[in-house]
Amino acid sequence: MRELLTLERVSRRFSGLLALEDVSVSLRQGEIVGLIGPNGAGKTTFVNVVSGVLKPTSGSVTFLGRAIGGLRPDLVARAGIARTFQIVQPFPLMTVRENVAAAALFAGGVPTREEAGREADAHLAFCGLTREAETPAASLTLAGRKRLELAKSLASRPKLLLLDEVNAGLNAAEIDDALRLISEIAGRGITVLLIEHLMKVVSRSCSRLLVLHQGRLIADGATANVMQDQQVIEAYLGQRYARLQKESET
Amino acid sequence: MLWVQVLVNGLALGGLYACIAAGFSLVWGVLNIINILHGSLIVLGGYLAFFAHQSLGVNPFLFAPVAGAITFLLGYLVQRVAINPVMGRPVLMTLVLTFGLNLFLDNAMLAGFKADYRKINLVPPLGVFEIGDIIVPIDRVYATAVGLLLVLALAALLRFTQLGRAIVAVRMDRDAAALMGIDVRRTYAIAFALGTFMAGSAGALLAAIFPISPVSSGGYLGKAFVICVLGGLGSIPGVVVGGFALGVIESYGAMFIGPEHALTLSFLLLLVLLVVRPTGLLGRRGFS
Amino acid sequence: MLVRIGIGLAFVTAAAALLAFGDNYVLRLATTVAMYATLAVAWNIVGGFSGYPSFATAAFFGLGAYAGGLASVAGAPIVGAWIGAGLITAVFATLLGFAILHLRGHYFAIGSLVVADVLREVTNSWVSLTGGGMGLNVPLLGGSTGTQAKIFFVAMALVAVVAVLVSLWIDRSRLGVALRCIEQNEDAAQVIGVDTRRAKVAGFAVSSLLTGIAGAIYASWVSYIDPSDVFDISLSVKPIIMALLGGVGTLAGPVIGAFAFLGLEELIWRNSLEFHAGFLGILVVLLVLFLPGGLGALRGKGAVSWILGRFGRSRK
Repeated sequence: MRELLTLERVSRRFSGLLALEDVSVSLRQGEIVGLIGPNGAGKTTFVNVVSGVLKPTSGSVTFLGRAIGGLRPDLVARAGIARTFQIVQPFPLMTVRENVAAAALFAGGVPTREEAGREADAHLAFCGLTREAETPAASLTLAGRKRLELAKSLASRPKLLLLDEVNAGLNAAEIDDALRLISEIAGRGITVLLIEHLMKVVSRSCSRLLVLHQGRLIADGATANVMQDQQVIEAYLGQRYARLQKESET
Repeated sequence: MLWVQVLVNGLALGGLYACIAAGFSLVWGVLNIINILHGSLIVLGGYLAFFAHQSLGVNPFLFAPVAGAITFLLGYLVQRVAINPVMGRPVLMTLVLTFGLNLFLDNAMLAGFKADYRKINLVPPLGVFEIGDIIVPIDRVYATAVGLLLVLALAALLRFTQLGRAIVAVRMDRDAAALMGIDVRRTYAIAFALGTFMAGSAGALLAAIFPISPVSSGGYLGKAFVICVLGGLGSIPGVVVGGFALGVIESYGAMFIGPEHALTLSFLLLLVLLVVRPTGLLGRRGFS
Repeated sequence: MLVRIGIGLAFVTAAAALLAFGDNYVLRLATTVAMYATLAVAWNIVGGFSGYPSFATAAFFGLGAYAGGLASVAGAPIVGAWIGAGLITAVFATLLGFAILHLRGHYFAIGSLVVADVLREVTNSWVSLTGGGMGLNVPLLGGSTGTQAKIFFVAMALVAVVAVLVSLWIDRSRLGVALRCIEQNEDAAQVIGVDTRRAKVAGFAVSSLLTGIAGAIYASWVSYIDPSDVFDISLSVKPIIMALLGGVGTLAGPVIGAFAFLGLEELIWRNSLEFHAGFLGILVVLLVLFLPGGLGALRGKGAVSWILGRFGRSRK
């Protein structure tokens, strides 16, 4: 399987605070990988560095053989990496359709506005937003906005999709829908990185798990194994719980 | 020795310049409004001092806070009536609004006072200090001292009084401040009025040294801009540093390219700063 | 579509009537309206479409005026001088754009405002080239005053029409979508692949091209310009007020606003010369205070349509 995205010893510093420290990881095409970690672990910084919003302080980021560390966000988007935002960022006064069409027009490389509109319709249908196509994006519910983010990122024709806390604020049924969409997306050949801090969501959909803790990657492997990993349990639930857990096993 | 004289000339205006900019910086930092009216209010303060001196013989340096008090009231009124409704609206709207207000005040002053320059002629004239070969005009020293005093008073108010802390709180997080029981609208109005107070006082001090006319309002506004960008928005130390820096820059600029170009030099500097380092020399956020 | 053609025909008819029957005063007024309509439409491309509060109009206008004027003095044919002036202004705007378009909000507004001042001073000081404060005499176009008035009216009106067409074209193009995305959410725009810097600079350049040409025509029209005249801040502010009056970000808005504003100004000016600026100030304040509130109003209905709407409602 091809290596799609490679981070080599990537660090990102914010005037004294090391948000990412020496992170090295490779994503392969077709994977659905989960990225978890407690709040403040550096997950969004990770996404920001990969998508070009932030420059890495050191280390290299390679995508499809091309160095993209520090590249402008719009160029990264056009290279094939799409991302969603934790706090959803639509174009509020444009219609839902226009939002998606814009993504198709620029990052997706579609040549004309008409074609972009048609592509938008397809993505809207996929995400279940056809009914809201002509309403302003600002009038959508939270779940609707999350689906809009998803539709926009798909319209970018990505090879790698970074979903940043796409499930935050959704109820159980909405989460089910979202995960179903995600697995369908992966089925189309798009590599997905799912950033979450809910373990159970990630355990259902991801075959591989990365764990960030205080900026460092402390685990990288098959989901089942990672979830049993001592360090991971400590990071999430604290050392006392980990000790108790261990004691109850013996 | 000429270099030192020029330096001293510039430094001697520093406190006064800081006073010119402090109010402007406060309003910009707290209300996020660029008050185009600021320059005209400075001129108004100057006229108030001029007439107070002419008819009552009041010393402009002592009159400064009084001029400030009058512009304080005016500012409070203006804020409650005209500016409060547009708080939080796009930059374009607030800029055009204060521009309109400024147009009105400028025209009113032109109609009332005519465009001729007025200057306060202190009798007996204050004269100069002499330190070796260096000449230090006393009126500038007084103006800078009083100006600095007012700026420090403002800083103290912001730091040590409840009102001041309310202003800082509103600046940092308006909603959180409201939740803590702070009357946000009143706080905005007072912050604005404090800004106009500083403008009026600065005007009174300026009138003691320079001729004033409604025509000069734009120039003072320009200085306030430059000082804010030079020293960094939203901090008193920034305004002080910016004030002294501008004084010195103008002084040397006047020496090299002539005093009539002083403002343009400042603007050029402003442009360069905006492009290169918009957060200013001290580059701090938050008001302290 | 039919409405648009109808309006277009109405304008053409009115213009023809003006040319046939209008006296010089009316023609001059009409030329001024066309000029400001151009400035307002040009501003709208930056301030309305992309939401960047530009106060650079005076800088571009003045630059165009002097470039055109100097070219004419050097012997260039008049239309060539105008277009050349526009291009020079566009080049300047492109460079300036790269320098200041990364600024947002107030910082951008101030930066753009200050440029005019700097340019004015430079022009003032460069006496050997521009004549400095003594002004520049631009060669007169031959012919009677009446013919000249007609020619300049046609020229300005044509530029205004071109400006509207350009504005329409941008609105329909990819650039238009890019600018609108930038206005709504610049960070999100970048993430979906918009090269925001290039889009903003492009809008800035087009806007300045139109403004510069208007300035150059103005210079030929009045045949005497000086720095404080063509770099005056009101040239930056009035187009904005016009756009606010007619509807920022819309296509017809700036034009409607230009008509409305200049109509109002004529009224005020006729009544009070001394307090002219003051009344304008009050008008501006009222405009901003009573414009339909919220960010939505900034792109969409202007005061004129709001006022007309109120009249409509009261009839029912």
